[in-house]
Amino acid sequence: MAVITYRQALHDTLREEMLADENVFLIGEEIGVFEGSYKITAGLLDEFGHKRVRDTPIAEEGFVGAAVGAAMLGLRPVVELMTINFSLLALDQIVNHAAKIYGMFGGQCSAPMVLRTPGGGGQQLGATHSQNIELYYAFVPGLKVVAPSTPADAKALLKAAIADNDPVLFLENLALYNTKGEVPDEVAPAEIGKAGVVREGSDITVIGYSRMATVATQVADRLQQEEGISAEVVDLRSLRPLDRETIVESVRKTGCAVIAEDDWLTYGVGAEIAASISDGAFDYLDAPVRRVAAAEVPLPYAKPLERAALPSADSLTTAVHQTLEAVGHRR
Amino acid sequence: MAETATRTKPAGSGSKSRRGGSRSGGSRSQQRRGNTALGSESPETLREYFRQMTLIRRFEERAAQGYTQAKVGGYCHLNLGEEATVVGLMSSLRGSDYLFTNYREHGYAIAKGIEPGRVMAELYGRTTGTSKGLGGSMHMFDTQAGLLGGYGIVGGQLPLATGAALAIDYRGGDQVVMCQMGDGTTNIGAFHESMNIAALWNLPVVFVVVNNHLGMGTTVEMASAESELYKRAVAYRMHGERVDGNDVVAVNEAATRLVEHARGTGEPAMLEAVSHRMKGHSVVDPAKYRSSEDAEAARAADPVAAFRARLIAEGVLDEDGAAEIEKAVQADVDAAVAFADDSPHPDPSTLFDYTYATPVANDSRRLPADPVF
Repeated sequence: MAVITYRQALHDTLREEMLADENVFLIGEEIGVFEGSYKITAGLLDEFGHKRVRDTPIAEEGFVGAAVGAAMLGLRPVVELMTINFSLLALDQIVNHAAKIYGMFGGQCSAPMVLRTPGGGGQQLGATHSQNIELYYAFVPGLKVVAPSTPADAKALLKAAIADNDPVLFLENLALYNTKGEVPDEVAPAEIGKAGVVREGSDITVIGYSRMATVATQVADRLQQEEGISAEVVDLRSLRPLDRETIVESVRKTGCAVIAEDDWLTYGVGAEIAASISDGAFDYLDAPVRRVAAAEVPLPYAKPLERAALPSADSLTTAVHQTLEAVGHRR
Repeated sequence: MAETATRTKPAGSGSKSRRGGSRSGGSRSQQRRGNTALGSESPETLREYFRQMTLIRRFEERAAQGYTQAKVGGYCHLNLGEEATVVGLMSSLRGSDYLFTNYREHGYAIAKGIEPGRVMAELYGRTTGTSKGLGGSMHMFDTQAGLLGGYGIVGGQLPLATGAALAIDYRGGDQVVMCQMGDGTTNIGAFHESMNIAALWNLPVVFVVVNNHLGMGTTVEMASAESELYKRAVAYRMHGERVDGNDVVAVNEAATRLVEHARGTGEPAMLEAVSHRMKGHSVVDPAKYRSSEDAEAARAADPVAAFRARLIAEGVLDEDGAAEIEKAVQADVDAAVAFADDSPHPDPSTLFDYTYATPVANDSRRLPADPVF
């Protein structure tokens, strides 16, 4: 067991998978000579050479589509999209092609590939570089979307994504790269499509993914220590498929829920979760399901405005308190 | 009519070539005239070209008929008028070579070696179709024949074809990828990104632009600042040339040369085949936007009739021989229609069978009225 960063977990997993399978190769902007915009691929060009670590022109549609085509012939490309914002340049290849190859052609050919990309705001990068638009991909049958929040999950889910025969969008987060966590020496691939109860509790369910799952765990720990509130935390891990069973089972136990998401509220991931809770735990609810989500503006640059717009531990804590008040919870 | 452009690659770039083939120092974009001599082709080959062209003509006429009978749904884009281009291109490929096409693809599927019955069955949406009835007219696929898909989104096939060529290069294989597209595709971003990547990485792909002068109702001149489309290759230091798409022998000669060059050196190329679309964009399009002169030119240039007359004039075929081929082809198309008509429709119970290649937990299998819980 070692304590390593989320960044290191990704790097180590890429390296291990490249060593294990000649068909695994990396492709993306600035991943080789520059060693990656966020240094996930540092050192891999030196070790594996240009064939396995392929720097591309700034042409997302071209190189994402090339990865799809290479995957159709049995290679296992791991694409790095510098940020999820730039994935929009490749939307046609991801949604109209990668997601459709298997079904549209009657199961003759699949596209075993991974699209690694970070979302996240809060770095004063302005409106075009701070979005959380994983929903666009989670909406599409044929794609799988995973969103690990810890170094251990990052490793287990990346292994699973590379081994999977379908296109997997692997959501990272700028704010998570430097976070640390315990990672076992031997990590088995995770099962895609499964959420995890990462903290058990009885008073309220808090549901999150990616960065907001770690925020939810921190908030739950503090509420326990400071106020004796027992919050259960569900980390979705996978946005498509969505593990509704785990969510609903938790809410049936606690009777109330708050969803924490970095994306926008209207039509966001939380909307789908809230609907699922309504579908599966309507009779168990003691309060309306609350969502803590980003303010619906193009994210401003100025720090006070940016801070006001993004969900945080404080805003989540407020929503938990208000929900428990609605329930009549006594501390 | 030859346009020339100098290619000066950085020193050492030749070593990127997969098989160490030397790169030529200069790239030419050139325009070739049609009406090449029949000379080097054997009579058997020429008669086979005629048979395939006639087969595609009759097949497409029956596809249109199937559409009006509501046997064929969705969109239905025909290769009528492009038979010489289709057969000339497909006869340049080995069985192991790969083909990516756009949505105007029935003829390509047949000429790449797929049974006409399976192509018709796909149009009919049956389980025996090339994509088990899941794809339809625009989305045919056959691993064995090397047809790696017809694609309905303009330009979508170019990045994929480039990636297939990347996989060939990665493994040191000797296959070549051909990527077919229409004239309108040369204005979309995916075209330029893929041409650049293919040239930059020395990938064995031949991009073929079928210029039938019309992107739906928009002429090439209305859409393309450089309307001599083959010249666009120059921007990527790629060889580009234009060929008379109504001349099957000329198309085959040019395509074979470019395919074999790609096979030997890994260098991509672009071929523009100029032909005519005889009918509307799709079966339902009456093409009212076309001038009578243009429509008349398309009819006059009918490549099947022209090739038939030419083979008879040159003594490769006589009238009886041509009629015999036409009769056999008619029987093949009749059989294809019967096969499609007799084939089963997919059962609704198979609806969720092809969403994911790797089964996954919590995959939704809910029908529209099913509750989530």
